[in-house]
Amino acid sequence: MRTIGYIVQKEFKQIFRNKGMLPIIFILPILQLVILSNAATYEVKNIKFAYIDADRTSTSRSLIEKFNASSYFDVLMDFPSNKIANFAMLAGEVDVVLEIPIHFERNLIKEKSATLGISINAIDGAAAGLESVYINQIIQGYNRDIRVSLMDTSHRSIKPINISSSPSFWYNTSLDYKTFMVPGILVLLVTMITLFLSGMNIVREKEIGTLEQINVTPIKKSQFIMGKLFPFWIIGMGLLTIGLILAKLIFNTPMLGNIPLLYLYTSIYILVILGMGLLISNFTDTQQQAMFIAWFFIVIFILMSGLFTPIESMPQWAQIFTEINPIKYFVEVMRMVLLKGAGLQVILPQLLKTLAYALVMNALAVWSYKKVN
Amino acid sequence: MGISLSNIDKSYKKQIAVRNITFDVNPGELFGLIGPDGAGKTTIFRILTTLLLPDNGKATVAGLDIIKDYKAIRNSVGYMPGRFSLYQDLTVEENLNFFATIFGTTIAENYDLIKDIYEQIAPFKDRRAGKLSGGMKQKLALSCALIHKPKVLFLDEPTTGVDPVSRKEFWEMLKRLQKRGITILVSTPYMDEAALCDRIALIQDGEILAIDMPQAVVNKFPKDIYNVKADNMYKLIQTLQRYEHTYSVFPFGEFVHYTDKRVIFKTAELQQHLESSGLNGITIAPTHADIEDAFMELAKK
Repeated sequence: MRTIGYIVQKEFKQIFRNKGMLPIIFILPILQLVILSNAATYEVKNIKFAYIDADRTSTSRSLIEKFNASSYFDVLMDFPSNKIANFAMLAGEVDVVLEIPIHFERNLIKEKSATLGISINAIDGAAAGLESVYINQIIQGYNRDIRVSLMDTSHRSIKPINISSSPSFWYNTSLDYKTFMVPGILVLLVTMITLFLSGMNIVREKEIGTLEQINVTPIKKSQFIMGKLFPFWIIGMGLLTIGLILAKLIFNTPMLGNIPLLYLYTSIYILVILGMGLLISNFTDTQQQAMFIAWFFIVIFILMSGLFTPIESMPQWAQIFTEINPIKYFVEVMRMVLLKGAGLQVILPQLLKTLAYALVMNALAVWSYKKVN
Repeated sequence: MGISLSNIDKSYKKQIAVRNITFDVNPGELFGLIGPDGAGKTTIFRILTTLLLPDNGKATVAGLDIIKDYKAIRNSVGYMPGRFSLYQDLTVEENLNFFATIFGTTIAENYDLIKDIYEQIAPFKDRRAGKLSGGMKQKLALSCALIHKPKVLFLDEPTTGVDPVSRKEFWEMLKRLQKRGITILVSTPYMDEAALCDRIALIQDGEILAIDMPQAVVNKFPKDIYNVKADNMYKLIQTLQRYEHTYSVFPFGEFVHYTDKRVIFKTAELQQHLESSGLNGITIAPTHADIEDAFMELAKK
């Protein structure tokens, strides 16, 4: 016990003496949280909108006014012709072009119908889909208004019937994407820092030759490994704390669930990551190799974690693969506990899987760590 | 209770590192492994310190089997690898404390053993190990290897890259440790250090050439040896190498060590030959063979 204590003490001394490493451990994650949470958004805003108004009536102008009033669209300009509009689209100056044909108002009044032309830059398919939905919503709203006003003048006796549905959004009532992203990014920074640090740590002792000196001593494998990894467990928990405080202060992220429960889960989760780091360092000889391998896994795990893209929309094989992705479980638990207020019973499956994962990972790591060649 | 190796073999993939190594080190002996780089010295050290498993053969350290009793061996040996391998970002004192702790002891408990050595670096005990000079690093490493009062001390090329004064000091320290009953196995590529050992094993290409006391190794040298000197040393060596009666010729400091094939050899004859080859300022004088000559002779076979 005294031996482990001394190794832990030694590790902390080394960490805090490494002037290059300290900011990487504590400052970078904070920057990451602040920057990524603000920048990594799915919302499509500031859509560059242009129109060709061939009708030039009060009706067409009021339609354009609707777009102007929307916060999603920046009404940039009107084009005299289709050709010029297409050219501007090609040059990337506009994203959406609305074409109002000639006799738009007359057709609406006389024939009770009129057509509009809309072109959308669909290089980013997801964004184009959203833009199309926004446009349709605006036009439908406009359609409803105009029908009411048209009916009012011609058929006073008939009352227009409107069926409206108003969805209620649960857990994230204001549809604020930051509420969704911040817990996910928190997962990211806890995982990345602990994996990189633990992965490089034992390799570093290999590189500078101290591992050989340690191996000649009577110290037990388990003592050495525990002493080496415990500081990173502490750092991981510390990062979670810092992250949660920042999430509350800067982003006012809702924290409905039981925070100690989150710590309980995280304490097990970090064991998985530390085991993985140790395993990496057992199979590498230099910090550089360890870093690249850690990156490889981190990138795959993050992209397949449901952090940025929903797992449900991945192909079947990828969904099966995500079962062995520890980050997936942590992202789920983090969102469930913070945003939904889930209790122990709800996250129990994730908790048990993570626990099993931690056991397997660490068993593999300790088994593959050899004092003798 | 010293060290004993019998028929130790070790290969890395297909590369043979050491072959059929057999020798014994008596308790309390200062034993030297002498050989050039790549001879297999470090492999022998790594096997004896339980870092490496031999392919064949048996070995014991302090009476303990290197495979069966590896745990006990780790408690009773001190190892100083060839490369400085302490924590450069910890101070002198922290390094010593760390090794004391993982050996389950304290500095105070065994201070008398390291006192002589540690006192020399004590003024710098708050300095980081990475900022020490070469000689001081070596003293710190030796202190760390001794902190648990080992019965056997392994020193792998402890003086490589250390200045002559520190080298001399270091050997004096080893002699003092030996007096305290510690068995010491030391390796070195420097032939002059071999004379300071009780016994030596000459090793080349993974095989032992000879094991004996340094003087005995030298005494076995079969030929009379001569110091030869001329104004143009390069031409002298070339001329001697072409000379029909030359047995061996090696540059040795300011001289060339020369031995002749013939049983009866007259220096005047060689002098004449060299002069006729256009060399000036020739001196030829008999000298004593030393370990380097002995090594070269053995390595030739």
